[in-house]
Amino acid sequence: MINDALLSKILVINLSKWEYHTLERPELFRERLGGAGVAIRLLDEFCPEGADPLGPENPIILSVGAVTSLFPLASKCVAMFKSPLTGNLGESHGGGRTPFAIRSAGYGAIVITGAASHPVYLSITKDGVAFRDARALWGTARSDTVARIIRSKDGTPGARTILRIGRAGENLVRFANVTSETYRHFGRMGLGAVFGSKKLKAVLVSGDELISVSDQKKYREVYDTLYEQVTKSSLMQKYHEIGTPVNVKSLSAMGSLPVKNLTEQRLDNSDNLSGEEFARLFLSRRVACSHCPVSCIHIGQIRIPYPNDPYFFKTIPVSYDYELIYSLGFMLGVSDPQDVLMLIDSIEQTGLDAMSAGVCAAWATEAMQNGIIGPQETGVNLKFGDTPQYLQFFELLAGQSNQFYRDIGKGAEYAASQYGGTQYALSFGKNEMPGYHTGPATYIGYICGARHSHLDNAGYSIDQKPVEKSPGTPEEIAEELYHEEAYRQILSSLVVCFFARGLYSREVIREVLSISGIDMTIEELDILGRDILYEKYLFKLREGFSLEPDKVQIPSRIFELSSGKGMIREEEVRRGVARYKSLLEEKSP
Amino acid sequence: MAKKRLAVIDADRCVGCQSCMFACTRRLGFGGVGKSAIHVSSVGGIERGFSVRVCRACPDPPCIRLCPEDALVLRPGGGVILHKDRCTGCGSCLDGCIIGAISWDKEENHPVICIYCGYCANYCPYGVIELQEVNPDD
Ligand code: SF4
Ligand code: SF4
Ligand code: SF4
Repeated sequence: MINDALLSKILVINLSKWEYHTLERPELFRERLGGAGVAIRLLDEFCPEGADPLGPENPIILSVGAVTSLFPLASKCVAMFKSPLTGNLGESHGGGRTPFAIRSAGYGAIVITGAASHPVYLSITKDGVAFRDARALWGTARSDTVARIIRSKDGTPGARTILRIGRAGENLVRFANVTSETYRHFGRMGLGAVFGSKKLKAVLVSGDELISVSDQKKYREVYDTLYEQVTKSSLMQKYHEIGTPVNVKSLSAMGSLPVKNLTEQRLDNSDNLSGEEFARLFLSRRVACSHCPVSCIHIGQIRIPYPNDPYFFKTIPVSYDYELIYSLGFMLGVSDPQDVLMLIDSIEQTGLDAMSAGVCAAWATEAMQNGIIGPQETGVNLKFGDTPQYLQFFELLAGQSNQFYRDIGKGAEYAASQYGGTQYALSFGKNEMPGYHTGPATYIGYICGARHSHLDNAGYSIDQKPVEKSPGTPEEIAEELYHEEAYRQILSSLVVCFFARGLYSREVIREVLSISGIDMTIEELDILGRDILYEKYLFKLREGFSLEPDKVQIPSRIFELSSGKGMIREEEVRRGVARYKSLLEEKSP
Repeated sequence: MAKKRLAVIDADRCVGCQSCMFACTRRLGFGGVGKSAIHVSSVGGIERGFSVRVCRACPDPPCIRLCPEDALVLRPGGGVILHKDRCTGCGSCLDGCIIGAISWDKEENHPVICIYCGYCANYCPYGVIELQEVNPDD
């Protein structure tokens, strides 16, 4: 079959009944492009108000976009659900082969509802869905084994994606992730736990259907211009060579990299954790998501001797990124890069979100130091820099082995509400903080962003602007953040990787959309961006979120340690939040 | 004019971006990879790298022999030319190519075999594939 460039088909799967059907909704995709724009509408439709995030009523929505599989770096898929971590909007973006496979199987979106009575995995093609028994896969120690087994049995090599959870997801850790293609993740906000609650171990999608475009000649022309920019311009160079850890050195030098639960500004020997060092010592392969010539995924190879068996070694490929080096290195005071890679591997194999897990471990370490929790709770003796203890901690966390781990498995803010230490539980909107202590903008961004992620509105980059270019007042910061977040709604509806934001200007977006048969003016695009953001905000409000001053919890720790922009004052952050709130409510400033 | 073939220079540099596959289908005016004559897939998970499969223009192509309709004919210098008008879509040739370089066009129901145009090589960012000259007298 040749699919239209305009997406239309939605696959709806009910795990309780082992049934599925498709919907034709071309108008929805025409109006909302795909990705986040479509997903928020579907979430609104399929998720009943007040739904239990771990109940069968919580839908999983996977949505690709108008230019998926047509243009380079349109290489992301959007997942939406009600988050078991924050209790409101759950949204995470993943790459790998996921968007390509979903679109090539003929779907614009997939909605998974209900819950199976025993572990299953889904095998999806253009012809429909097979429900396969996954009881034999449940509880597998290493999550990559699961992918290996499914890969050997099912789907078309090179034209498939395998999404899977680890034990953390099975055991409902609220920040468990979903992994695709070994190294890409729907990382944040607990999609893995939602899979787990549905007894859904994995989803495989394969397809290689064609897409027809409105104007073949113009398609190739527009493609070539974009491709030339992607590969020749310097815009993508930093992701391409050293990868995201290229930032480690500069952020650390500015004192913007959180160390040891934000108790210190510098880590001894932190140069060992620079992107350059990882490349020098471990980099063994670079890989890319489908249709991305940049190849930002950097894989390091570590060789670990067996303690009691001479001449036996384990060689493990581990993909490293800035965020993981921050949360499992700097945050935990671990400065040996091989140790960091081992910690990353344990996180990968148990299926935890690295940022949340690292921040939770950092909170627990400080809480132990302060004596509010002890070994009777943790079963280990956490000390900053002590890798073996952290390896055990993550095992116990994924296993949800006792009440303490069930509490910390609900996030740092929740754990602190039970044991104390809220002032240093580094969560914003109940999501653990990313690796930027750059200044006030980043925190206003975490608090107000729909996903409480640094990628929502890139506050860290506002903080790093030279003084003459940076917004002066907190209100101006909020305005800039808000506009960035609104524009990013368009990118995440196309769905274009945020690393390519420098290439996909509004003009370029108009052009690529016209190839998919969607004509929109720049003004219409801007309105759409704000609408999508507004609808996300409405969903959050519906589920109990609030930006009212008395509802916004800010761990005071961030005001106690100088940032890249010096000391941050609570008053300025709160002013920024107030302005952001009013912008969200106005919708069209 | 000298004949060419598409050569895989160094599959270890392949990042699995599949830009070549998208190019081969885009060459025919479509999005996706459904008409691609080149195929990139991981060798047992992407951590182990990729295989890049494309027709290597055999001097004495086994695929020809399995075609009962003489739809595949030897190209001077190696490789094959598909005569679509003769192809009945029986799929016999697939078994002939041990490297799996023949894929299938489901729309038109005939094999897809590289035509050695080199379009894909322009989009490989890492020099994994390259159009090379072959000596027709070989
Ligand atoms: S299709 Fe296979 S067998 Fe035929 S010429 Fe090409 S490589 Fe040789
Ligand atoms: S050389 Fe031409 S036909 Fe062969 S794989 Fe590349 S683009 Fe396709
Ligand atoms: S374009 Fe090059 S690097 Fe990308 S998949 Fe093809 S051969 Fe590999």
